Amino acid sequence: MTAAAATPAGAAAAGVAAEPLLSVRGLTKHFPIKRGLFGRAAGAVKAVDGVSFDVAAGETLGVVGESGCGKTTTGRCVLRLIEPTSGEVRFRGTDVRALDAGALRRLRREMQIIFQDPFSSLNPRMTVGAIVREGLTVHRLAEGAAADARVRQLLDEVGLRPEYASRYPHEFSGGQRQRVGIARALAVEPRFIVCDEPVSALDVSVQAQVINLLQDLQRDRGLTYLFIAHDLSVIEHIATRVAVMYLGKVVELATAERLYAEPLMPYTQALLSAVPVPDPTATKRRIVLSGDVPSPANPPSGCVFHPRCHHPQKDAACARIVPPLEEKAPGHWVACIKQPPTAAEWGAQQAAGGTRPPQRYLPLAAPAARTE
Amino acid sequence: MTAPLLTIDSLRTYFHTGAGLARSVDGVSLAVHAGETLGVVGESGCGKSVTALSVLRLIRPPGRIEAGSRVLFEGRDLLALGDEEIRQIRGNRIAMIFQEPMTALNPVFTVGEQIAEVVRVHAGASRKAAWARAVEMLALVGIPAPEQRAGEYPHQLSGGMRQRVMIAMALVMNPALVIADEPTTALDVTIQAQILELLADLQRRLGTAVLLITHDLGVIAEVARRVVVMYGGEVVEEAPVGELFARAHHPYTEGLLAAMPRLGAGRDRLATIPGTVPPATAWPSGCRFRERCPYAWERCEREHPPLYDIGAGHTSRCHLAVEPERRAQRHLPLVAQVAGGRA
Repeated sequence: MTAAAATPAGAAAAGVAAEPLLSVRGLTKHFPIKRGLFGRAAGAVKAVDGVSFDVAAGETLGVVGESGCGKTTTGRCVLRLIEPTSGEVRFRGTDVRALDAGALRRLRREMQIIFQDPFSSLNPRMTVGAIVREGLTVHRLAEGAAADARVRQLLDEVGLRPEYASRYPHEFSGGQRQRVGIARALAVEPRFIVCDEPVSALDVSVQAQVINLLQDLQRDRGLTYLFIAHDLSVIEHIATRVAVMYLGKVVELATAERLYAEPLMPYTQALLSAVPVPDPTATKRRIVLSGDVPSPANPPSGCVFHPRCHHPQKDAACARIVPPLEEKAPGHWVACIKQPPTAAEWGAQQAAGGTRPPQRYLPLAAPAARTE
Repeated sequence: MTAPLLTIDSLRTYFHTGAGLARSVDGVSLAVHAGETLGVVGESGCGKSVTALSVLRLIRPPGRIEAGSRVLFEGRDLLALGDEEIRQIRGNRIAMIFQEPMTALNPVFTVGEQIAEVVRVHAGASRKAAWARAVEMLALVGIPAPEQRAGEYPHQLSGGMRQRVMIAMALVMNPALVIADEPTTALDVTIQAQILELLADLQRRLGTAVLLITHDLGVIAEVARRVVVMYGGEVVEEAPVGELFARAHHPYTEGLLAAMPRLGAGRDRLATIPGTVPPATAWPSGCRFRERCPYAWERCEREHPPLYDIGAGHTSRCHLAVEPERRAQRHLPLVAQVAGGRA
């Protein structure tokens, strides 16, 4: 069985109902690189390359990774704001990719998005009231005085004064604009929201306000989030489960508790160790990765992380064998042939030039600080 | 103790705008000693970047450094120097590293040419010697194949590489002080780790003092020896880094530390600082933080707090220093009361 066919749901393991709200299988998005006068396709940027995950109702799946890892493209492909190249996206059993424009529009009532940049994602010529009201009109949910009342109620719910409805976006601070973006998403009463770096542009004190608001709304309305961020501490705080992406692939997927306590993918280990800790007395092991992330137009062979990998057992097999995303511990999916157990048998690794057998490597093995 | 390398004394930088007088930096005093790293931390609009730009007199109208401000560096008041004299200091004795290397580098010159130009202008070196020095600097900041990279343009380099080039350019004249304004904010966390490591290593080897400006308390904790916290155009707290994180005194610093999601802290609700930073054109009377402060009382409205000395090199611009018993009387801040407790 290949990684794409496996079901890295983890939902069952995390004790959530088996039927996922959103199910993504083998999602791929290649952007063609065009060269020359006639725009001949000269290759492709593999922005998302065979991504599979489930999101259970009521949970928050965090998607974390660095610039260019494909996390934002993944979020947009799920909503079909970008058309995927291949793969399957099912929302409550419906094949999202098979929908026509009308059906897709109806589905968007249930699937919304909150964008990173509160400065460019709100139309500067519309009042905040009109921005929030637009979804109500498009989906014919309310009109006239009823819509006005609903807008005021939504603004109140996200912590803005109802009388702000007549103001324009430029009159608000970054945090307040992000609240407007949240009110707009909530207007159509969605079940599922893609939060694409919703707090990255905000100052720390305001960021905390918006994170708390998103958590309150999730609790009160039973919302499900796909929460995309590059900040590992924010993800740990808000996510139930976490998918780590690198060069268009999910390289590790586990509950937040497990992922942060015992990261198995060497990339996740390096990522976690690189986060500056606001405690000058902390002594921590830092894994400094050499070099930069390779270009997704020309990703490394085998394991995409192998040129920068610090696993002591790394060998020639890593450059040849594409590591399947496999379950190394209950609910803990990892793409690494050097972290046992693995379906890539030692014999097969040797045949691919491997010289160092798989061996568990836990450089961050913490003093049992997180065993609550 | 020797005199500080840089002393900023009562710096006031105001912007005379149509919307009113913006007192962006309003009486900031701080000192950087030779070879040390001083961290300046604060959120958008606190005046930290304007402070940095003021040191090198990079303020343009409608901004103005007001009379009475002083910036002493190696015994001279930089604010009193002529234009030619200050140019001799910029990039030579004091260098700057900016947040976004793509906009700070010139896109039409190779990175080698840009570094070499600094050497030619400030050291009068020949073209050939300057180029050799540029290549040497690129090697020093860990750029692989420096001879080849020197001939490339900024757009050909990754964000992390560009920031290394910025650092090479800043250090090429072996300055006594580097002002780094959010040097890693635009970078990914693994690249940030590389750059912070590089800065610390170069500082150890070259003995350069660093004035590090950032919004990230994590970065501060890792690289700074002393920390200045800014809010509302003022210094509100200063302490050695260990002291600040262990015993933050100012309610703003306390709030900032509590609002940060931390690795390993679990999923508890985050503490927040209600409200937002007021505009620089309308700082509140008395204490500028009082409307967002959970301890504020009548005195805070009436009396602008001085920087109180609370011992162990620790100062705080909060009346709690003289009325510590008030800390037990936590309440809903004014802005939260006005907004009905929802904000």
